Amino acid sequence: MSGSEPYQLAADAGQAAGPPRSIRAILWRRFLQHHLALGSLVVLGVLVSVSLAAPLVEWALGLDANKVNLLGRFLAPSASHWLGTDELGRDLLLRLLYGGRVSLLVGIAAALCAALIGTLLGLLAGYHGGWLDAFVMRFADGIIALPLLPLLIVLAAVDLNKLGLPETLAGSENISLYRIVLLIALVGWTTVARLVRGATLSMRTREFVRAAEGLGAGHLRIMLVHILPNVVSPIIVATTLSVGNIILLESVLSFLGLGIQPPTASWGNMLTGAQELIWSAPALAVWPGLLIFVTVIAFNFLGDGLQDALDPKAVQG
Amino acid sequence: MLRYITQRLIESAIVLLIMSFLIYGLIGLMPGDPIDLMITADPKLTPEDAARLKALYGLDRPIAERYLNWLSAAFTGDLGYSRIHARPVLEVLRPALGNTVLLMGLSFALALAIALPAGVIAALKPQSALDNTINMVAFAGISVPPFWLAILLIILFAVVLGWLPAGGMGDAGWWSRASHLVLPVAALTLVTVGGIIRFVRAATIEALRQDYVRTARAKGLSRRQVIVGHVLRNAMIPVVTILALNFGALFSGALITETMFGWLGMGKAIYDAIMGNDFNLALIGLLLATLTTLLANLLADLTYAWLDPRISYR
Repeated sequence: MSGSEPYQLAADAGQAAGPPRSIRAILWRRFLQHHLALGSLVVLGVLVSVSLAAPLVEWALGLDANKVNLLGRFLAPSASHWLGTDELGRDLLLRLLYGGRVSLLVGIAAALCAALIGTLLGLLAGYHGGWLDAFVMRFADGIIALPLLPLLIVLAAVDLNKLGLPETLAGSENISLYRIVLLIALVGWTTVARLVRGATLSMRTREFVRAAEGLGAGHLRIMLVHILPNVVSPIIVATTLSVGNIILLESVLSFLGLGIQPPTASWGNMLTGAQELIWSAPALAVWPGLLIFVTVIAFNFLGDGLQDALDPKAVQG
Repeated sequence: MLRYITQRLIESAIVLLIMSFLIYGLIGLMPGDPIDLMITADPKLTPEDAARLKALYGLDRPIAERYLNWLSAAFTGDLGYSRIHARPVLEVLRPALGNTVLLMGLSFALALAIALPAGVIAALKPQSALDNTINMVAFAGISVPPFWLAILLIILFAVVLGWLPAGGMGDAGWWSRASHLVLPVAALTLVTVGGIIRFVRAATIEALRQDYVRTARAKGLSRRQVIVGHVLRNAMIPVVTILALNFGALFSGALITETMFGWLGMGKAIYDAIMGNDFNLALIGLLLATLTTLLANLLADLTYAWLDPRISYR
């Protein structure tokens, strides 16, 4: 039973034993106790570093990630191709590393954008109240209620030229990356907005906020200086937990041919080709999916650990 | 109560109307339009012919006018023809709807049958080896890419072991149909079950910490009576709500599963329609999916009020 958990913070703070500790030290200690979260942090650190080092690995192995070699298709793992080659004779390890860059970048960038939109709207709705609150929250409810994947498929299929985007932008190489980050941020802000709005509502009536008002602080200052710092921890937890979901969503869209466009590799679009090859080269279908799985589960463990550490009321487990 | 339901139904209708306009507009922005497709199919068509055809179908009109025309036709029951299937849209979607209901219903029932006991057992002994195992399985379920899971299942059961068909619907016989259902249902269940286990576990732990549970223990009720009568009844209230609210996610999962296994349901119909420029089919398919999700949400709220007498809707 975990009935005593809420009081753990006070006990940890040193009244019970040992010298007093700062809040930061307590939180850090509680996080360290969460072995899964800690392990996940290490795994993610390794994944990010090796993905960032992709050009270095490319140079060290003397290979080119995008070079098609039709004579060297489906090679077995060897000294020069550590994981073998794919259906176009490209080095699988390098494709995985470059794919990791894209998947991690999309996951983190979209999560941050969604958190930013959600925080702004949540602060405004909770602080202003009234019609603005009603409007933003009804809108969020509407988005949550929709079947997201089919709608994202339609949005991802929209022809940017018909939308009137300039040719230089619509035809640029990274457009599929920007587009998917934008799309996911546009539908992903609702969780953070609800959390921030709820916390802001309860903060707005606290004495320190009233005191700041009495001293003549402006609305903007109250929102950013007095309320925002107090709602940061739920934002961090929700954002961390959302990264995993976003990476899953990106991989699904890329797999269906609507996300990151080849030849740029992403873990999702590497599996598009692999599906037709499961009878002849099943290994190609295993690696990218395994990396998505490990990354997503690591982000979920990390978010779970952060939640336990940052939320005194959270159930530990 | 009746007034509340009426109000919610009206709200749902408004959301549906807004969605229909948005989707109509978005579909117009997808690459290619029907006339362009006709031109590529028939090189003898001159640009003048194309312009005449566009005028004939009203494609040269502004979007609002075209939408209103579509809407008034839709209200009279004319939902248009599917381009890929060359049949009325509803005729295509009716069997697809049945197939999806079968797939989603079976998977959902199976996921519930696993998740309810697993979540409660995990919550009763937090931090035990059993809890940790169940928790790991739940985390794995919410973290696995659904399409990759489908690929793995196909590799294992169709390629390596050869026990089950890799995809398709099978012929009309129930045995063939059932054997084609096993892998899709397994895939959809596995990606659904993890989330439900986590909800059930969290709700049960929350209920266990309430004062009335302590009171029930203190007055000498048996452990069984406390758990069944006090903990579970209260824990199920948030669970039921979350389940109905998760309908949209279940539908997204069904879309992926159907596409992977070639199961001819709504999800696959919508995906194929979007990819194949079948505008009428995509539009109606998306609207049907939206309508079903909205109704599921309404059902969630009503069940909530029914289970929890403290809540009343005027």
